[in-house]
Amino acid sequence: MTTTENAPTQEIGRDRRRKEDRRLITGRTRWTDNQALTGLLHISVVRSPFAHAEIKGIDTSAAKQVPGVVAVYTAADLGADQVQLPCAWPVTKDMKAPQRPALAGSRVNFAGEGVAVVVARSAAIAKDAAEQVEVDYDELEPVLDMEAALADGATLVHPEIGTNANAQWVFDSGEAGSGGSVAEALQKAESDDDQIIVKRRFRQQRLVPVFMEPRSTVVDPSGEQLVMWSSTQVPHILKTMLALTLGLPEHKVRVIAPDVGGGFGGKIAVAPEEVLTLLVAQKLGKPVKWTETRSESLLTAHHGRDQIQDLTMSVTKDGTITGLDVKLLADMGAYLGLVGPGVPILGAFMFNAIYKIPAYRFDCTNVFTTKTLTDAYRGAGRPEATFGIERLMDEAALELGMEPMEFRRKNWIKHEEFPYTTVSTLTYDTGNYEAATDQALQMFDYDGLRREQQERRERGDVKQLGIGISTFTEMCGLAPSRVLGSLDYGAGGWETAAIRMLPTGKAEVVVGVSPHGQGHETAFSQIVADQLGVPFDDVEILHGDTQSSYRGLDTYGSRSLAVGGIAVVKAAEKVIEKAKPIAAHMLEASEGDLEFSGGRFTVKGTDKGVGIQDIALAVFAAHDYPEGIEPDIDAHATFDPENFSFPHGTHLCAVEVDTETGFVQLYKYVCVDDVGNVINPLIVEGQVHGGLAQGIAQALFEEAAYDDQGTLLSGTLVDYTLPTAADLISFDTANTTTASTTNPLGVKGVGEAGTIASTPAVVNSVLDAIRHLGVKDIDMPTTPYRVWTAINDAKGTAGRGDEANVASPGAGLGSTASDISKGDTQGGHL
Amino acid sequence: MIPAQFDYVRPTTVEEAVQALRDGGDDAKLLAGGQSLLPVLRLRMADPSLIIDLGGIPELKGVREEGNEVVVGAMTSHYDVTRDDTLRQHVALIQEATKTVADPQVRHKGTLGGALAHADPAGDLAAPALALDAQFVIAGPNGTRTVAAADFFEDYFTTAIGEGELLTEIRFPKYTGWGARYEKFNRVAQAWSIVAVAATVKVDGGTISEARIGLTNMAGTPVRARAVESALVGQSATEDNVRKAAQAAAEGTSPTADADAGSDYREHLARVLTGRAVLAAAG
Repeated sequence: MTTTENAPTQEIGRDRRRKEDRRLITGRTRWTDNQALTGLLHISVVRSPFAHAEIKGIDTSAAKQVPGVVAVYTAADLGADQVQLPCAWPVTKDMKAPQRPALAGSRVNFAGEGVAVVVARSAAIAKDAAEQVEVDYDELEPVLDMEAALADGATLVHPEIGTNANAQWVFDSGEAGSGGSVAEALQKAESDDDQIIVKRRFRQQRLVPVFMEPRSTVVDPSGEQLVMWSSTQVPHILKTMLALTLGLPEHKVRVIAPDVGGGFGGKIAVAPEEVLTLLVAQKLGKPVKWTETRSESLLTAHHGRDQIQDLTMSVTKDGTITGLDVKLLADMGAYLGLVGPGVPILGAFMFNAIYKIPAYRFDCTNVFTTKTLTDAYRGAGRPEATFGIERLMDEAALELGMEPMEFRRKNWIKHEEFPYTTVSTLTYDTGNYEAATDQALQMFDYDGLRREQQERRERGDVKQLGIGISTFTEMCGLAPSRVLGSLDYGAGGWETAAIRMLPTGKAEVVVGVSPHGQGHETAFSQIVADQLGVPFDDVEILHGDTQSSYRGLDTYGSRSLAVGGIAVVKAAEKVIEKAKPIAAHMLEASEGDLEFSGGRFTVKGTDKGVGIQDIALAVFAAHDYPEGIEPDIDAHATFDPENFSFPHGTHLCAVEVDTETGFVQLYKYVCVDDVGNVINPLIVEGQVHGGLAQGIAQALFEEAAYDDQGTLLSGTLVDYTLPTAADLISFDTANTTTASTTNPLGVKGVGEAGTIASTPAVVNSVLDAIRHLGVKDIDMPTTPYRVWTAINDAKGTAGRGDEANVASPGAGLGSTASDISKGDTQGGHL
Repeated sequence: MIPAQFDYVRPTTVEEAVQALRDGGDDAKLLAGGQSLLPVLRLRMADPSLIIDLGGIPELKGVREEGNEVVVGAMTSHYDVTRDDTLRQHVALIQEATKTVADPQVRHKGTLGGALAHADPAGDLAAPALALDAQFVIAGPNGTRTVAAADFFEDYFTTAIGEGELLTEIRFPKYTGWGARYEKFNRVAQAWSIVAVAATVKVDGGTISEARIGLTNMAGTPVRARAVESALVGQSATEDNVRKAAQAAAEGTSPTADADAGSDYREHLARVLTGRAVLAAAG
């Protein structure tokens, strides 16, 4: 008999505290900015205060006189104006891509663009001297409004490409054969007394990712390989892109992402400053460091969101959706980021969300403006789409006079219909929207809160209650390589892991994904412990250094577990496979008689067995192993997913709106998410909480606003109002589980779910609280000032005979966008 | 994150500090808790040549009773203000307002005198000091002088503290038994006030016998809502009476307009928050 007393307990599903947190929370680790190399020089970037200007001249002479300054370079000195920073996602064949230099040569295209760089013996000296660089600018007209930018005769951000339109990307289900034609559906609805058409315009304001650790890069050019440490989410992509962009031999470059303090998509980049640091280090032959200030980060690290959404839905009066038309304008800012033009396109697959929509069209135009560029930010394209559809579902329900959850229930995919191929051609493998919704409604006490809402209305309370719904799904686990190929993305979506079995039986696991706060070291250790049957503490996860982890596609799009974690499983399976003949040799048994369980190979029907950790030692000694087999059980595996993963959930938010002041106070927040099987419930809950905070922040607090000269108004964290725990409430979270069928762990992504789902739930709740006062819409963030203004502007309009009273169910059948956008835009210009 | 270069001294007496100011000339800057000065230095919005750190002067710290007054040293931290029993008993309003300042870390570093001398119109402590008729003791080359709150706040970030002078203590009359409330309105908990109202009232047998109300961020300086104060006196403290009186709260104010609030919204908030603050103080 096999002894069972030492059998390891199951690790997957355990609430393990994160093993990396001690060093991360106490700061006893090495961030990029902590790198202190002998002879290290520091740079400070001189940046344009203007959004759009010709550079007439740059006088560096005073800066060069500052004691401790080593050099001051303009773009031409470094060839930085000849660099073309990469965009890996040409979304259409005719996409217009302007050159994006590492330093501006003759023209700046956004406030904050670098024009010169000071190199000094300390960061303080570099900063002092940067203030001495005199730049002579001729101001040009800024380009700030997307619609104006597309009008005839508009000032062009990049005159050399002849237009401010970057690309237009269209999906039409009629043409794709995945559904009907929306044009026909809308035409039919217009002449059909049993259908209504609902049109709305929504805005996705511009946000800043605001990772905790500002960006930093150190380059050491002194060895045979040039080494770059960088606070990046994508060390592998960065390495390859540096090679391609700068013509460096790829094998002469090593990129290290040490511990990285957050990213949220904001560190998926090949940043101009990374290239600049490298160019300076090469020129001087000395190690060089760049670390940004917080204001520099807010101004120049890429922003996210920023869309205008024009949505049209046709729906039968009994509540069946017949068509959905989506027209987007997406602000790229001044240049194209690494994946920037593709971000809004990811929304194409998500506007149809969890609903059965027979005809669908998505038409997105990307627009250049003289603002900081936009690129991936937590959710990347899916939060924008989810906001649009979930706001529109509420608006349509209102016009139909249906209860908003009933309207959703009537249109969503039923659990018995999975797997389900959507109108936008994705196949959802598993899900159960009924189960998540039923549990959420029960936890929320939906009926009780609706009663309370009614009572407050009847009493005319100052604080009115609103309830908002978001039933979301999303596509993550980026991504099947073939799908990425079909979308003209510049790389695949596979992931790699390797397991190194050490002589003492410990396991080093090298992963290609690159954690920056997610807890990979803990979750992956749990997976390996179960797969190999070794203790959790005997597993070390190595990541972020292209020397140890030479193959990987890094971390974004909730891919680390659903793709990277599966690569770990596959590598572990290979270790066991390689160990098997050696075990058979050691046990003097045939391979066919062996079984592997709990870390041991045993001979069926006997008590003979050998542990995998003992095999590791035997292989190391290599004194006795079968002929024709190499003495090595290490393994390396690459996993290319066959499909995305589709987490979903039901989020319910209640807010109190103070009708005297406009202040919105969160009252209750319940979410039930289905993220498939859970490796570590504590980490999952942490991801959901953080995601909720960021999604709620878009609804209530955050906006990167520009003035009419193109100057960023939120250049410090005083002005960019991030919420803290003091502004939020305790969230009630829970999970339902339908295991994914597209990967062996049955897992789905969770990194972005909270952010994607929560924003529309909050805005729907704010409007639900005050719609009876005549308020129709409020732009995000729904600040107290905007809420108060909307209530004020609506005074006297509620129930007026000459327009739809959408507060009364069924009273306002049919509306157009002009009803909404006319006059009372509720703070759109504030 | 990196300020321009400066020299630094840390005197141990007020006398030494005054001397340091004289030596430093125009370009010297006093450092109290640093919660406003350090960000300004980091953003390079100021580049003084000399920083005089007042943190090493014991006589500037602490709270004591002197007859009918409570005296608070200028370098007493917000945190110490919030937990002082004498203030709780006699000057509750300043304590209530101080509890709302930023977050615990800021309250541990920031000081009452530093905040008042900075005179940010959105800062939370000037309006209560004005409402409470505090006296400001200022030391300079010619000894000390005392300035009433009504004369202390002159304009945006400008006070009666002259060149070569420093604020040493703030003297509050006792308001023993008065109710107090600081009603603060901001977008997120750590943000500055959009508008706030400091109210302290004396209620005798349900009737308001005295009221003092100061408004935050309704002008370049804190503003006394005197019309509301006089309308309240002699009224029973009912919601109707208080709200009616509070309608006069924006009289004599000149609020600014910014992305968080237009001036009409600030005037409206002043009325609403004054009603709420007085009701809570009288409660």
